[in-house]
Amino acid sequence: MSRVGKSKEAEIKRINKELANIRSKFKGDKALDGYSKKKYVCKLLFIFLLGHDIDFGHMEAVNLLSSNKYTEKQIGYLFISVLVNSNSELIRLINNAIKNDLASRNPIFMCLALHCIANVGSREMAEAFASEIPKILVAGDTMDSVKQSAALCLLRLYKTSPDLVPMGEWTSRVVHLLNDQHLGVVTAATSLITCLSKKNPDEFKTCVSLAVSRLSRIVSSASTDLQDYTYYFVPAPWLSVKLLRLLQCYPPPEDTAVKGRLIECMETILNKAQEPPKSKKVQHSNAKNAILFEAISLIIHYDSEPNLLVRACNQLGQFLQHRETNLRYLALESMCLLAGSEFSHEAVKTHIETVINALKTERDVSVRQRAADLLYAMCDRTNAPQIVAEMLSYLETADYSIREEIVLKVAILAEKYAVDYTWYVDTILNLIRIAGDYVSEEVWYRVIQIVINRDDVQGYAAKTVFEALQAPACHENMVKVGGYILGEFGNLIAGDPRSSPLVQFNLLHSKFHLCSVPTRALLLSSYIKFVNLFPETKTTIQDVLRSDSQLRNSDVELQQRAVEYLKLSSIASTDVLATVLEEMPPFPERESSILAKLKKKKGPGTVTDMEEGKKEQTEVNGGVEPAVNASTVSTPSPSADLLGLKSAPAGGGSLLVDVFSDAVPATGALAPGSEDNFSRSLDLPGESPASLLVDATLGADTVTTVPAAGSEDPALPVPDADDLLNKFVCKNNGVLFENQLLQIGIKSEYRQNLGRMYLFFGNKTSVQFLNFTLNVSCPGELQNELNIQAKPVEPIVEGGAQVQQVINIECLSDFTEAPLLNIQFRYGGTVQNITLKLPITVNKFFQPTEMASEDFFQRWKQLSSPQQEAQKIFKANHPMDTEVTKAKLIGFGSALLQDVDPNRDNFVGAGVIHTKSIQVGCLLRLEPNSQAQMYRLTLRTSKEAVSKRLCALLSQQF
Amino acid sequence: MRFMLLFSRQGKLRLQKWYTAVSEKEKKKLGRELMQIVLGRKPKMCSFLEWKDLKIVYKRYASLYFCCAIEDQDNELLTLELIHRYVELLDKYFGSVCELDIIFNFEKAYFILDEFLMGGEIQDTSKKNVLKAIEQADLMQEDDESPRSVLEEMGLA
Repeated sequence: MSRVGKSKEAEIKRINKELANIRSKFKGDKALDGYSKKKYVCKLLFIFLLGHDIDFGHMEAVNLLSSNKYTEKQIGYLFISVLVNSNSELIRLINNAIKNDLASRNPIFMCLALHCIANVGSREMAEAFASEIPKILVAGDTMDSVKQSAALCLLRLYKTSPDLVPMGEWTSRVVHLLNDQHLGVVTAATSLITCLSKKNPDEFKTCVSLAVSRLSRIVSSASTDLQDYTYYFVPAPWLSVKLLRLLQCYPPPEDTAVKGRLIECMETILNKAQEPPKSKKVQHSNAKNAILFEAISLIIHYDSEPNLLVRACNQLGQFLQHRETNLRYLALESMCLLAGSEFSHEAVKTHIETVINALKTERDVSVRQRAADLLYAMCDRTNAPQIVAEMLSYLETADYSIREEIVLKVAILAEKYAVDYTWYVDTILNLIRIAGDYVSEEVWYRVIQIVINRDDVQGYAAKTVFEALQAPACHENMVKVGGYILGEFGNLIAGDPRSSPLVQFNLLHSKFHLCSVPTRALLLSSYIKFVNLFPETKTTIQDVLRSDSQLRNSDVELQQRAVEYLKLSSIASTDVLATVLEEMPPFPERESSILAKLKKKKGPGTVTDMEEGKKEQTEVNGGVEPAVNASTVSTPSPSADLLGLKSAPAGGGSLLVDVFSDAVPATGALAPGSEDNFSRSLDLPGESPASLLVDATLGADTVTTVPAAGSEDPALPVPDADDLLNKFVCKNNGVLFENQLLQIGIKSEYRQNLGRMYLFFGNKTSVQFLNFTLNVSCPGELQNELNIQAKPVEPIVEGGAQVQQVINIECLSDFTEAPLLNIQFRYGGTVQNITLKLPITVNKFFQPTEMASEDFFQRWKQLSSPQQEAQKIFKANHPMDTEVTKAKLIGFGSALLQDVDPNRDNFVGAGVIHTKSIQVGCLLRLEPNSQAQMYRLTLRTSKEAVSKRLCALLSQQF
Repeated sequence: MRFMLLFSRQGKLRLQKWYTAVSEKEKKKLGRELMQIVLGRKPKMCSFLEWKDLKIVYKRYASLYFCCAIEDQDNELLTLELIHRYVELLDKYFGSVCELDIIFNFEKAYFILDEFLMGGEIQDTSKKNVLKAIEQADLMQEDDESPRSVLEEMGLA
């Protein structure tokens, strides 16, 4: 077909013809024999693999499974495992065939069935077979090939649904498979045991000594001993690597004999690396080195054998200059980890020249990246100036894809190892000069914070930025830093006539028109600071502020600043000015968030352990703080507001703080209308005690501030799930849930008996969520009343990222309960488990009905039997506002009928609830009594349960 | 291992095996992205690269690229050899395998891979054992009927 496919159209035409032919065969009157069925199913599969959609043939494939002809069965299974991802209905159909094959005692059929289970690997599969497979695995009479398949099949099920795999007596027998005669069985079992050990280390700890003795036997064997398990003269490389990987789940063995034997193994492996190769083939050296690298990983994992660590480092040092790019890459990567160990840090440092050379000369960017990582990891006080200088010079030619990361690394190293802060200031300004576009906010915030906190560097910083700003074209970030620093410390260099106040001002102002709005806003604040620092600049600055381009600027923020600063400079006394525009107080010391940013870029695990520990600590601290900043989606880390602005003392001098809080984009919560529009009380928050100038941005701040809802401990089920449900009865969009880790937003739309809901899951942290799984369930009766389809989501949610899940809803009949949404993921070391009610209520399927007064009352009377009516009299929980009530009733879904009720204070509504099986006509009447602050709500529908449910739902809303 | 892709130098996907649940749409997207990256690399470059949260290991054999996405703890060098062993198995089975063998006998290529890898983990590294399993299956097929490639019947072989 690839030859037919000269043009895309021709291929599609050909395929469609073939599909039509197959479809007619399947639908034809004549029953197809097994052979033809197989043939056509196989054709379908081929077409699917060419990239075309297939929407039929599944049943025929399922039929093939029960054929007793091997080839038919095999094609059936292949079709299922390629096409079925988690189509649960189909899985139910094939379960039976799989059961039969598992019980068939025919090893080939059993293996086919096990492969199918592993290939589909869904939860349904686990539910059906997870308890069966362990039995097959440890049964005495199971064939080796079946054991292998069973072990890996169980592994797959355990990965998807660990809760469904029962632990028990079989676990100890599985461990003993490490002693099995058949190396294939040992290989498969080791994978399974490694995965199980990670989650239940205690239960499997006997595997350590068994793994060591197995490893030792392999390592010391001659290359011919293991026959077909020797790969290019290397005995059992796969099994060796797996055993070494298994041992990395545990600390060093306590038993000295076992430990001695293991150390001997590692020494042998290191020795072998020095022996001449037994073959020139790359396969030989790859297999041998694969074992070597895995052994080094184990040595690093133990981090307790100085001798081995140094030997490992020397070995990797040789690889750094190897002609194979792959080895250089891996050596750089592995050495990064060695740099973190106190025993080998110094040994790693001796390779600095080679690594710097790699950074400069490697032709592959991914290798250069590894070199930069290693330089970062091996950096300490002794070599920081050299490494930072090399990285800076590399930055000038670095690939765009890694520039930002290099910038972050330089910024972190410069700060961490700065003895002399003038060096630090120079380094950061160089960064801005060389790669200004890649210098993120965090980096330039940080340099300002450090300059403000260290008075020994302020004069130098002022002088340096002044000089840097002389350049005809300087980066906007330089203007920001320069503006801020001169506004604070320009006085320290004002004695020199070459940098007199007016010269400084003119220099800054010459950049003004080329800058973006946030930078201009910052500069305006610097100007008003100048007015205080240098009274002689006052008239010049007032003239600037007074010009039309400022006072009438179309940007409201700039205009407001100009107006207020102008006013402040003209009416405030010098004392007041001096107080308001006082020098910034030192920032509270806290962990740099640049680190968090780097970690986020690189993913966890790549920043060295020590830093990771520190970082997590700060995250915990940050997490405990009240969640003030709700714009979490754009600034996910709690410590991302690096300058500690939110907690900085709000003294009289908080003016410049505004510059920053302004720079934080006001992206706000996930969905508009995150607050409850209807119940929001009208009283505004009390006036802020801060200076009048702070008010300028109050608006922006409050918009983004939504108090975090939800429980303190995210692992607990949410106690007020019903409250959450009630919040969405009259609206379709908003924030469903929020805690310190996660925010869930909802958007939904309904038509007739169908609905679609978009759930947005925002990771508020800077760390990945792993094994992120969502499960929507309909408890009890509800599964017959609602049909819900949820599309699967990616199992990993990056820090700060958002994933979306789409849920399709079909209302089959009226219902009372709400579906449950269960969210599980791993955050750090713990599993988070949250269960919420999904706000799908029966009123969502309302279609409003307009009708005249006569019609309404005629129908009202028709529905007068007691079962059809539900009534509730209740106290108002919210202010009784007519417009708000109207809005809620419309949001509820029924039509709001005007001029129907003789009493104009009353509200009446009508609508039809659409379900697949029935339609329910509904009439409602709401009678407020404002004196008593009470309501009477009456629902009349053709179905008792609906009347009751609607009445219960609606009565919670007022 | 998360998945394995075989594709040609022209960017045609020849075989794909996914070891975690991924939607069809996502598969297509990931496949496209990855092919673009790998095909864009020069011959002497390193066979490993970081991509999203995965490590990619790839190797080119004649006109075909074999590309594996592995997880952080997996061993890169041995993944290269895993690819090689799979190529050896194909070669042994088909007798000097070429791209067309994999196109026209795709089901065999899948069966061999399944015997070799399961759920993303290596099942048996012995070439003999894997081929024995496939040959056994083929014997059963001979009993069933004369094997005819489906594609022959479609007039494609």
